[in-house]
Amino acid sequence: MEEVPHDCPGVGSAQAGRGASCQGCPNQGLCASGAGAAPDPAIEEIKEKMKTVKHKILVLSGKGGVGKSTFSAHLAHGLAEDENTQVALLDIDICGPSIPKIMGLEGEQVHQSGSGWSPVFLEDNLGVMSVGFLLSSPDDAVIWRGPKKNGMIKQFLRDVDWGEVDYLIVDTPPGTSDEHLSAVQYLAAAHIDGAVIITTPQEVSLQDVRKEISFCHKVKLPIIGVVENMSGFICPKCQKETQIFPPTTGGAEVMCHDLKIPLLGKVPLDPRIGIRFRLKAGYRISLEASRGRCPACPVYRESRRSPPCTRLLSVRVATKDSLFWLKPRIHQPL
Amino acid sequence: MEAAGEPGNLAGVRHIILVLSGKGGVGKSTISTELALALRHAGKKVQGKAVHQCDSGWVPVFVDQEQSISLMSVGFLLEKPDEAVVWRGPKKNALIKQFVSDVAWGQLDYLVVDTPPGTSDEHMAVVDTLRPYSPLGALVVTTPQAVSVGDVRRELTFCKKVGLRVIGVVENMSGFVCPHCAECTNVFSRGGGEELARHAGVPFLGSVPLDPELTRSLEEGRDFIQGFPESPAFPALSCIAQKILNEAPVGLS
Repeated sequence: MEEVPHDCPGVGSAQAGRGASCQGCPNQGLCASGAGAAPDPAIEEIKEKMKTVKHKILVLSGKGGVGKSTFSAHLAHGLAEDENTQVALLDIDICGPSIPKIMGLEGEQVHQSGSGWSPVFLEDNLGVMSVGFLLSSPDDAVIWRGPKKNGMIKQFLRDVDWGEVDYLIVDTPPGTSDEHLSAVQYLAAAHIDGAVIITTPQEVSLQDVRKEISFCHKVKLPIIGVVENMSGFICPKCQKETQIFPPTTGGAEVMCHDLKIPLLGKVPLDPRIGIRFRLKAGYRISLEASRGRCPACPVYRESRRSPPCTRLLSVRVATKDSLFWLKPRIHQPL
Repeated sequence: MEAAGEPGNLAGVRHIILVLSGKGGVGKSTISTELALALRHAGKKVQGKAVHQCDSGWVPVFVDQEQSISLMSVGFLLEKPDEAVVWRGPKKNALIKQFVSDVAWGQLDYLVVDTPPGTSDEHMAVVDTLRPYSPLGALVVTTPQAVSVGDVRRELTFCKKVGLRVIGVVENMSGFVCPHCAECTNVFSRGGGEELARHAGVPFLGSVPLDPELTRSLEEGRDFIQGFPESPAFPALSCIAQKILNEAPVGLS
C-alpha cells in the first residue's frame, strides 16, 4: 500500500475494510476479505533469509538522543575488529537515519545485484544498510506514515543480500511504534537474541526506558541488558567530574536493580566518542570486543588522572550462546 | 472528524507554536517547558500540550494556582507511568485529533505543542489538524553536532513542504561550563545550529548551554526561570522567549 487514508484503522484490525474511512481506499476489498489479517508471507521469506545470520541484536531506547546509533556503531566496529567475524549494521530509523554519518559513509549508494541489495561495506567484514543511502540529498525529508516505513523495513530484512553474518545489529529510532513492532514481527520467526537498551542517567530518560522495557515484555523480546550512556563528564582541564545529566532517581543502576535486568555498563560523556570513525586527525575511542573472560580489572579501575575513556567499565554483552566484552581502546592520531 | 467541525475549541487561542526537531534527545520538551515558563513570566497564559472531563470536553491540567499554565498529554491518560503506548500511526493520529477537538482550551495567549522526533504520522497529523487555526510557526531545536544537524535539515524540509513557517532554530546543549574551573567544553561539538539556520535561510534564535541545574529542575518539576536567574542557560532562554513574543502571526500558506 502506497497511500493510506488518514484514519486507516489498520490492515490487521477488525474494522479493516469495514470502517467509514475505508470508503474509497483502493485496498478496501482486500482488507474486507480478511487478507490483511492473514500472516504476512514476508515473515517466512525473512526467516529463510535470516538463516545465514547467527545473532540478531536490537538496540532500543524509549528515549531519543541517548546514543543508540553511537552505541550500535561502536558495537558493530568492536565486533568487526576480529576479521573472522562478519558483522552487519542495519539502521531502521527511517525519518532520522544517523548511521551513515556516524560510520563516515555519507554519500554512499546502495547497489542492486541478482541476489538483492548489496549493503555498503565499510570493511570487508562490516556491512551497513540505511535509508540514508537511498536519499539523494542530505536535505531530503522522509515524510512517511507507518505503513510505508514498515514496507521499507520489510525490504531491508528480506531483500538485502547480507550473506553469512555472525552478528546483525539493528539500530532503531526512539519509541514503541511502527518501526519497533515491524522489526519484532518480521523477525519473529527468525529468532532475535535480544535487545540492548540504552539510557542516560536522568529520570526523564529512565521513564521512557521503562516503557521500552514494558514493550519488550509485551512482545516477548528478551532483554540482554541496559547501557547507561553519558554517565558523568570529566573536565579535560581540571579532571573534576560533573554529572551533566544527574541521576536524580539513582540512574540505570537503581532501575536495573528494581526491574531485575542486567546493567551492562556505563559510558561517560566524552566529546571524542562522537568523532566519526574515518576521521584522521585526533583521537578516537572505539569499543573493542574480546571473547570470553573480562580483561583484568585493574586496567578499568576509576582513575581521576586518566583520560575519561578508561573510566568506561567493560560492557558485557551476553546472548544465549555468545559472550563478549567491549572495552575501550584509544586510537592514536595518524 | 476534522477539527473544523469544532470551531469553538481553539478559537480562544491567539498563538500556536510547534516545537520540532528531526533528532531525538535535543531538548524539544525542555525548550517547550522553559518557553512556556518564560512566556508565563512575561504575563501570558500558556498551554503546553504534552484530565478531567467537563461539558465542553477534557479539562487540561493546571500547573499553577493562577491557572496561567495548563498541560495536556497522553501521560495523563495512562493508568501506570511505566505503561508502554504501543500504537501504530493511525491510532496516534486519532488521539492527536482528539487533543485538538475535545479539549476545553478556553482563552489562551500561547499554545506550545511539543512533538516527538521525526517527520511521520504525528507531525503530519498535528500540522493538518492545526492548519485551520494558523499556527505562528515552528521552533526547530537542534544540538550543535553534525549527526543532529543532519536530521534537523530534513525537518526543515518537512516544514517547507507542509507550508509551516519556521520561526527560527534553537541550538541546545551548546557548550558546558565546568562548575569547578569555568573551562567551557563543547561536549557536543559547536556551531552546527547557527550554520544550519544560515544554510536554510531561517532566523537563528540563540544557543542554550548545558546546565545540570536545568536538568535537575526539570526532573524535580521546579520553575527554572524563577529559580535560576543566575544560570548560564537563563539569558539564552529569556532571549528566545522575547523573540517569540515579538513575532507577528503570519500563519500557514
